[in-house]
Amino acid sequence: MLNININGIDVKVEQGSTILEAANKIGVKIPTLCHIPEIQKIGACRMCLVDIEGNPKLQASCTTPVVDGMKIRTNTKKVRDTRKFVLELILSDHPTTCLTCERNTRCELQSMAAELGIDIVPYRGATSSRGKDNETLQLNYDGSKCIYCKRCETMCNEVQTVGAIFSQKRGFNSEVGTPFNVPFKDSVCTGCGQCVLNCPVSALKDNENIDEVWEAIQNPEIITVVQVAPSVRVTLGEEFGLKPGSIVTGKIFAAMRRIGFDHIFDTDFAADLTIMEEGHEFIHRVKNGGTLPMITSCSPGWVNFIETFFPDLLPNLSTCKSPQQMQGAMVKTYFAEKMGLDPKKICSISVMPCTAKKGEAKRPEMGRDGYSDVDIAITTREFAKMIRQAEVEFLNLPDEGPDDPIGISTGAGLIFGASGGVMEAALRTALEVIEGHEIENIDYEAVRGLKLDGVKEATVSTKIDGNDVDVKVAVASGLGNARKLMEKIQAGEADYHFIEIMACPGGCIGGGGQPIPTTTEIRKQRIEGIYKGDKDMPIRKSHLNPAIQVLYKEFLGEPNGHKAHEYLHTHYHHQKYYDNLK
Amino acid sequence: MACECGNCIDYSVLERIIEESRGKEGILINVLHSAQEHYGALTPDIQKKIAEGLNIPLSQVYGTVTFYHFFTMVPKGKYVIKICTGTACYVRGANKLVESFADKLNVEVGGTTSDGLFSLETVRCVGACSLAPVVTVNDVDIYKRVTPKEIDGIIEGYRQKEAE
Repeated sequence: MLNININGIDVKVEQGSTILEAANKIGVKIPTLCHIPEIQKIGACRMCLVDIEGNPKLQASCTTPVVDGMKIRTNTKKVRDTRKFVLELILSDHPTTCLTCERNTRCELQSMAAELGIDIVPYRGATSSRGKDNETLQLNYDGSKCIYCKRCETMCNEVQTVGAIFSQKRGFNSEVGTPFNVPFKDSVCTGCGQCVLNCPVSALKDNENIDEVWEAIQNPEIITVVQVAPSVRVTLGEEFGLKPGSIVTGKIFAAMRRIGFDHIFDTDFAADLTIMEEGHEFIHRVKNGGTLPMITSCSPGWVNFIETFFPDLLPNLSTCKSPQQMQGAMVKTYFAEKMGLDPKKICSISVMPCTAKKGEAKRPEMGRDGYSDVDIAITTREFAKMIRQAEVEFLNLPDEGPDDPIGISTGAGLIFGASGGVMEAALRTALEVIEGHEIENIDYEAVRGLKLDGVKEATVSTKIDGNDVDVKVAVASGLGNARKLMEKIQAGEADYHFIEIMACPGGCIGGGGQPIPTTTEIRKQRIEGIYKGDKDMPIRKSHLNPAIQVLYKEFLGEPNGHKAHEYLHTHYHHQKYYDNLK
Repeated sequence: MACECGNCIDYSVLERIIEESRGKEGILINVLHSAQEHYGALTPDIQKKIAEGLNIPLSQVYGTVTFYHFFTMVPKGKYVIKICTGTACYVRGANKLVESFADKLNVEVGGTTSDGLFSLETVRCVGACSLAPVVTVNDVDIYKRVTPKEIDGIIEGYRQKEAE
C-alpha cells in the first residue's frame, strides 16, 4: 500500500492505482469526460487535471499512477481555471443547440458546463466537419456533436471486439468513424449499442421510432399490441429517479394503459416459450447427435456478430427466434385468431433494452404472409421518453398486470434479462423434462453474475436415456468474451454442450438501449433486481407456466414440433461487408 | 495467379507481403508502406485485403491510412512536386509557391492533375534551409531558392520530357 495525500486527507491506496481512482475512493470528485472506469484511461479530454506537489505542470489524474508520498490538490484556482479553459475549448467546437438536443438535461458535457460555471464560450473558430448517419436502423450518428472522447471506439474495439469504428484522420479533422465513412449498417457494426450507451453527448443516439408508435396508437384502424422485455422492469425506474435494480413491472403495465396501447403483454411470456423450444431443441440435439455445443440465439447483437465473424459456427446456433420475435409471432397468429383480429391490422410493438432489436424486427425472415412479427421496437430510453411526453407521472402509478392470455410469466422468463439467465431457465426446464420428475434446487449460482472478463462455466449431472451425463455449460456476455469462446470452439478446445451468449456485458440489463449511465456498478444492481424478482415469483419454471401449457394445447402442439418450427424458429446467413467500397 | 483480362489488378505481390508479415506484432504500417510502394496507392480493395490478411478490423487499417500524411488512397502523379513549408522556406515565400503551383496545375495541395502527370504536396523541412525555399520533384530533383517566376519553367521541363 502507498500513502498519499489528497486535498489534505491521508489515503492508503494500492500500488498501480491512478490518482483518479484514489480520489474516488475517498469521495473526492474529479470531473471526467473520456474516462470509463476500468475500461478506458487515456487522458484525452483533459478535464481530470490535478496539481501534484513538486510538479510544475498539471497532470491528467486518470492516467497518472500514484507514487508513495504524493501530495495532490484537486481544486486549486489553477486547476479550476485550467479545467474551465479546457472545457471552453471543447465547447468552441460543439453546437450550442442544447434545447433541441436529444440529450438535453441528460448530457455529460452540458452538466459539466453547468458545474464549472461556464457563462460564455469565449472562443469561436473553425468547426469540425464530421459525418452523419441517419440510414442505420439501430443507431444514429451526428459527428458535429462528437467531443472525441473515444469511449465509443474503446467499447467497439476493446470490449466488443467488433471494430466497426476507429479513429481516423488527424489533428482537428480527427474523428471516430467507420472505414471509408460508410453508414454503420454497411459496416461490421452489430448494432449492440454499447457505443450509444457510453457517449457522453448525443453524437451517438437512438434511431428513434417514437413517432411511429404514437401514430399507430392514434389511428383507430390499428390495433396496437405491446410487449416489454424482462430487463426493462429493473432499469426503467432509473429514468424517473429510482435506484438501479428497482422493480417497476406493475408501473410499466399501468403506464402502457395510460399511453393508450390496446393490448398489453409481457415478453417474459415469450421467454418461457423460448425455453420450451430451446430446451427441447437442446434435448433433441443431445439425443440425436445434433451439432453441439448448441449456442443461444436470443441476443440479436450476438446473432449479427456470429453471422459476420464466425459463419462456420452458424450450425451451432439454436434455430429458436428470440423472445421478442416469438411474442410477435404469437400476437399475430395465436392471439389474433383467438380474438378474431386481422393480423394485418395489428401493430406489434416491443419495448426493448436493446438497439439491435430494431434490426432484428426488420429481418425479412421474421414474419409471414407479408407482415412482420414485430413492427416497431423501441428502447427503454424511448419508452421513458414516451411516458414523459404523455405527462404520465410514472412514480405515482399503481401496480397493474398485463392482459390475458399471453401475459402470464415465470421467474425463468424474468431472468432472461441477465447474463446466465437463459442458461439457468433452460436448465430448470430441460433437466426436469429429461429426468421426468421435479427438481428442487433450481438456483444455478455458477452461471449468474457480472463477469466482465471471461466465461462462467458449470457442469450439471443428469441421466439421459438411463446413462449418466455431465452436461457442460458455458455463459459469456460481451462480444469480446464471446469471441474468445468461439475461437476456443474453432480450435477444438471446448467440450461444452450448451453455451449462452449475450452481446452486452452483464446481458440485457446492460443492453445498448438501457438508461444512461450504465456503469459496472449499475449493471450489478440491476442484476440483483432481476434475481430478487425471480425469487418472488410464484412460478419459476417455464414449463409450469399455465398460459404456455394452454398455448401448446390449443395452438402449437408439441414443443419443437412442426407448427412450433413454422412460427418460432428461424435460419441464419453469413453477413459480408465492405464488398463495394469506392 | 493474375487474371489475364488486362483490367484486373494483380494482387499476388500484396498477398506475398501479407504472408510474410502475418502474425507479427505492429506490422500494419510496414505492410501499408510496402503495398503503397508497389501499387502506388492504398485503394479500398488493397486496404480490405490487408485487413483480412492480417486479421485486423478494416476500420483500423483505414484509420491508420488516413492518419499518416505519407499514405495515399489515390494514385499519385508521375511527378510528385513537394514544396518545403518548413520555417525557413516559409519565411522566404514558400506559401506563394504553393499558391502558384496550385494555380498553374489547377490542383489543390494533396491532389493530382487529371492527366495523372503531377501531384502537389507540401513537406515539413527537407533539411536544406540554406537553399530556401526548396522544391523537390520525386525526391530526386532539387530546386533551390525558387521564385514564382521559375514555376512555369519547372513544370514545362517535365511536360517536355513526357512529350519526348
